Amino acid sequence: MNPKVLLTSKEVDIILHRLACQLIEKHLDFSNTLLIGIQPRGKFLAERIQQIIKTEYGIEDIPLGFLDITFFRDDFRRSSKTLEANKTQIDFLVEDKKVVFIDDVLYTGRSIRAALTAIQSFGRPAEVELLVLIDRRFSRHLPIQPDYRGRQVDAINDEVVRVYWSEDGQDDSVYLLQQTEK
Amino acid sequence: MKELSVNHLLGIKYITKNDIDLIFETADHFKEVINRPIKKVPSLRDITIANIFFENSTRTKLSFELAQKRLSADVISFSAAQSSVKKGETLIDTVNNILSMKVDMVVMRHSNPGAAYFLSKNVNASIVNAGDGAHEHPTQALLDSYSIREKLGEVAGKKVVIVGDILHSRVALSNIFALQMQGAEVRVCGPKTLMPKHIESLGVKVESNLRKALEWCDVANMLRVQNERLDFSYFPSAREYSQQFGLDKELLDSLSKEIVVMHPGPINRGVEITSDVADSKQSIILDQVENGVAVRMAVIYLLASKIK
Repeated sequence: MNPKVLLTSKEVDIILHRLACQLIEKHLDFSNTLLIGIQPRGKFLAERIQQIIKTEYGIEDIPLGFLDITFFRDDFRRSSKTLEANKTQIDFLVEDKKVVFIDDVLYTGRSIRAALTAIQSFGRPAEVELLVLIDRRFSRHLPIQPDYRGRQVDAINDEVVRVYWSEDGQDDSVYLLQQTEK
Repeated sequence: MKELSVNHLLGIKYITKNDIDLIFETADHFKEVINRPIKKVPSLRDITIANIFFENSTRTKLSFELAQKRLSADVISFSAAQSSVKKGETLIDTVNNILSMKVDMVVMRHSNPGAAYFLSKNVNASIVNAGDGAHEHPTQALLDSYSIREKLGEVAGKKVVIVGDILHSRVALSNIFALQMQGAEVRVCGPKTLMPKHIESLGVKVESNLRKALEWCDVANMLRVQNERLDFSYFPSAREYSQQFGLDKELLDSLSKEIVVMHPGPINRGVEITSDVADSKQSIILDQVENGVAVRMAVIYLLASKIK
């Protein structure tokens, strides 16, 4: 079966602008807000959103960090492979700040559960929100929902939602793949 | 997905360059973790590790324990001095008794070369060698290379001289294997009596003059004079040793370039190196200790992820 296009480059662009506006609506000048991209796939999305808010709405200096959750995952030794880590880069304290987690796809919710634990190593945030590009509803293992979502998708468990970024060397796009095509 | 090629860390000679690269990449992440306000991750919650030390150790034992605790493993530590080993129990019996308490990994130091290898063949647990006689001390060599990489950018192409008691030193042997595997050039320097006979067969040159060795190198690893292993007089006195093979500030400053000074600890101040060298900005001795925790976390994490 051919991979199905869920979002084209143009649609991704429109959605990113909407998500940026929704963030501004809630956080205004971002004076007490931090953006945290969840590694590895949330990094590009977080950078894009920060860039849009900066260039198109003139809000500079929004703190942006990247959080790796590998060591906080709940499937250590349950998968047959070693879990490989990515870089965490958080050069600020999150104590009493509003934190927005940013990730590409929300699926079971387990990554976000791990991120909620991991972020505590950097202090106690005042509140935590979640922004995702794709929300795969009906597949949650945990009671976790996004505060900002790009597109809601119904996909069965055999299918994989894959987000590509131009930083990867492809056009911005979102595909629905069969497990074997991953 | 990358993983280690081995289920135990018995020595550098049993692992590959890819393993070393993976350990260092993972250690980079753990180094960031141990500099967070909260320095702990929950990865190894369901892993129990026994540290069995049949020989004295402060730094290595503390470093392993801290690494294990930072990973949230359950840790039991055990020193031979207070154990049933004194009552005549064999090594395999001792370890199997500990393993029946559901222990997944054993970190062991033992005075017999090959003790860790022997254990890995005879018991059902992941084994980490924390020093076996004059054979290997792999985590020390890894943290030494990691510290060189951190200070100088990379290990490949660097010139490293190991100074001191090469004959009794497991640190020297593991370092030679690790450095050569990563493409560094190694020389050794020390009294003839403390130089193994066929050391050249490992591809290292022997240099008997410390000044020449230091002029040649980028990094000098000054080994400890291990008084407890010197069963007879290998050199006339500590004073004479320090005059010929000790590094002082005057010698360090007279070199044509700035070299990096390392020491695996514990230092005999005034014998291998003087206090002002140990505390100078060229010395990375305390960085070695900090890196030791990150590197050991990486080794334990990667080995534990292979326990099924």
